[in-house]
Amino acid sequence: MTSALRERLVAVAVRVAGISAIALLLVIFFFLIQQGLPALAEVPLPDLIGSRWYPIEGTFGLVPLVLGSLLVTLAATLIAVPLGVATAVFIAEVAPRSVREVLKPFIEVMAGLPSVMLGFLGIAILAPELYHRLRLTTGLTAFTGALLLGWIAIPTIVSVAEDALDAVPRGYRDGALALGANRWQTIWRVTLPAARGGVLTAVMLGIGRAFGETMAVMMVTGNAAVIPRGWGALFQPVRTMTATIAAEMGEVAGGSTHYHVLFLIGILLFLISLAVNLVGASVVFRARTRAERILS
Amino acid sequence: MNARRQRQWTQRAGFGLLTLATIVTTLPILLIVLLILQRGLAAITPEFLLAFPSDGLRAGGIFPAILGTVLLTFTMTLVVAPLGIAAGIYLAHYAPDNRLTRSIRIAILNLAGIPSVVYGLFGLAFFVIFFRMGTSILAGALTLAIMTLPVVITTTEEAVRSVPNSFHVVSVSLGGTDWQSVRRILLPQGLPGILTGVILGVERAAGETAPILFTAAAVYLPHLPTSPLDPTMALPYHLYVVSTQIPGMPAGVQYGTAAVLLILVLLMNIIATVIRSRARARRRW
Amino acid sequence: MRFAARLLPTSIVLSVLLSGVGCTPGSPPGPAPARQAVVTKGSDTMVNLALAWAEAYLEVAPAVEISVTGGGSGTGLAALINATVDLANASRQIKPEEIEEARANGVEPVETVVARDAIAVVVHPANPVDHLTIDQISAIYSGAIGNWKEVGGADRPIVRLSRETNSGTHVYFLEAVVRRGQQDDRTLFAADTLLLPSSEGIAAEIAYNENAIGYDGLGYVTDEMKVVAVGANPAGPFFLPSVETVNLGQYPIARDLYIYSAGRPSPQAGDYLAWILSPPGQALVASLGFVPLRQTP
Repeated sequence: MTSALRERLVAVAVRVAGISAIALLLVIFFFLIQQGLPALAEVPLPDLIGSRWYPIEGTFGLVPLVLGSLLVTLAATLIAVPLGVATAVFIAEVAPRSVREVLKPFIEVMAGLPSVMLGFLGIAILAPELYHRLRLTTGLTAFTGALLLGWIAIPTIVSVAEDALDAVPRGYRDGALALGANRWQTIWRVTLPAARGGVLTAVMLGIGRAFGETMAVMMVTGNAAVIPRGWGALFQPVRTMTATIAAEMGEVAGGSTHYHVLFLIGILLFLISLAVNLVGASVVFRARTRAERILS
Repeated sequence: MNARRQRQWTQRAGFGLLTLATIVTTLPILLIVLLILQRGLAAITPEFLLAFPSDGLRAGGIFPAILGTVLLTFTMTLVVAPLGIAAGIYLAHYAPDNRLTRSIRIAILNLAGIPSVVYGLFGLAFFVIFFRMGTSILAGALTLAIMTLPVVITTTEEAVRSVPNSFHVVSVSLGGTDWQSVRRILLPQGLPGILTGVILGVERAAGETAPILFTAAAVYLPHLPTSPLDPTMALPYHLYVVSTQIPGMPAGVQYGTAAVLLILVLLMNIIATVIRSRARARRRW
Repeated sequence: MRFAARLLPTSIVLSVLLSGVGCTPGSPPGPAPARQAVVTKGSDTMVNLALAWAEAYLEVAPAVEISVTGGGSGTGLAALINATVDLANASRQIKPEEIEEARANGVEPVETVVARDAIAVVVHPANPVDHLTIDQISAIYSGAIGNWKEVGGADRPIVRLSRETNSGTHVYFLEAVVRRGQQDDRTLFAADTLLLPSSEGIAAEIAYNENAIGYDGLGYVTDEMKVVAVGANPAGPFFLPSVETVNLGQYPIARDLYIYSAGRPSPQAGDYLAWILSPPGQALVASLGFVPLRQTP
């Protein structure tokens, strides 16, 4: 084969591979749509936004599931973001070199921990502990799920945020210090704002991680499809969209209404992650341009 | 208190808070790892690693689950590595800066964010039912491959991009073709980063349950799988089963299985870290 | 570069080797007998039984490969309808809709009763309640009764535990207990009923939660639970579930366990079924806490 021909072939092959990413996304979306859209025809809309989920009798109210996912994700975010960003700042700006060399790999280990393992410990240890310490009616609650999710999401937030902080040019810090600021002031007024884009990306990725988690929440949140009401609902069981799919996925006969509704839930999950990504990207974009204007 | 002292106190308090936060973040995980190892290591005997389960999974070993995970991740890598690396090279080296490229990047970002259970759903409908693969290693591996594709693409792109452009320029100026430059300079120089990405992808796939729940996993198989169209046991699913489905399960089996999974993940992490630091040392720029 | 170039042929060799993975530990030397597979799937209630049967059958017919997966009765029947399994284990009867769907797919489900099971109603060992009527259990699970003191217990809220909706146990309990066996009753479980993905989940929760009430097959009762005696009448008599009370028809919450096949089972599957119904198979049923079928003399 001539060299020129090989060049052309390689270029084509590589380009096809590159486009495969879009193709894949489209195929997944198309397939989800194809399997999920019939649900909108088979189940009247008022039923879908009903408050009762009991699929084996044809009651397909999605509201408790969506709210359940949102509650657990929100609580997990409130736990994970402060801890994650603070840890990232610590690693990037405060920790001495030796500690850094230990912490960074440890965070990566944290990221690799299988969620089913954490779920197992959640049932075995966390749920009974919370039941006894907080005097709850049961240890299987949204809060239990949020705790597990929080620690699952933290490593994502820490690695990305730490990379962003690390990427801030040294000159920024030196300049601030030269002007008389101490390290703390430098972090909060110069470094962190300069890394705002990356930190926001980290937060978005963390939220996405928590939102998409399946096994851990399925094992510890009780899976009761109730509509969370008031703050007390945090300490009551909930049912998330992801756990619903995992628990019911195998039971459905292909082509049945239940099957289509589960795919509809999959579409919802897909769209919500899409929305979170797009919002995050636009927020990051605006933050970046503002930061660049301020600091350049 | 003068302003300077106040600022010092604020700094001290602030640093203290950050340290506390880091401890709160890491300590529970450290305790979890130690707990699993403490309760699980005792159960890891050669028999545990090499024998089949017996007595309703309560005794014997977990070999088929370990092998199943190996088979799944290996098959997955065969698919995702060429595709992902090629796509990464495309983005780093060949792609012009136009709308198509931006769309590809957005697509990858979104693929990365899709919940793993949605991949399981897609895998069930697409590979298991539509392509009639049934619950099989192939269906599971393909589902896992799609799931890890974004990770491999993005790390490959970063790795190739981080090779200084001067390398490529010099190679071409010495008479090499574009592809020769990619093949002999950029790829090898970026290989450590690429390998790290692949290994991290494998690590994630080895630990995920939702994508294989209904595409590949079986609770119990009396023989090892003999073809890619057979179902298989797998470590994360096995942990799920022994920790939630079988009454009278000895804690040793549960913690032992968790420990094996944990050690597998730790091993992959160590390999990735070693490759990365060796690469950094060997870097020619 | 050499490394990467060597990777490809290495992978090919490895995959060829691995695809030859047919060596089973302890398999006899010489040509391996043609492996016949029987794929079974379904009820989580029966999964331990299915596992025990599969393991024991390996001694009887080593050439036949029985694979077992849980997922719930609904899962097994769905797989039967989709023609992806040979035998579906079910702890409830197949529903008319499922029969229709099966026929639409060209599958004619054939039912075999393989064992009987009692559903035990369990509470935390420290719970003072000893007995309940069917009506009381129904009222508890539908949400009408919310506090233990309403049935003679302590002043504590009732936490209802249940299996997931794809579980045959769940469906059976819904029809036989919550709806008291009435066909046109439309009572549902209370919305805040915890749907736990497995029997172990229920066991783990009952072990520490004094507010909880749960139900599950007799084979899943552990020492860390207290079984409640059940009766039809408020005045009694109340019966604890056991092989005797089920066979004598005294215990009111008892059911059949089924295996469904797609039309006439294949020879291997048929032999397996016959063996399950024979004394060695039924002995396993008893040893796991289920109720063996009464052997016809």
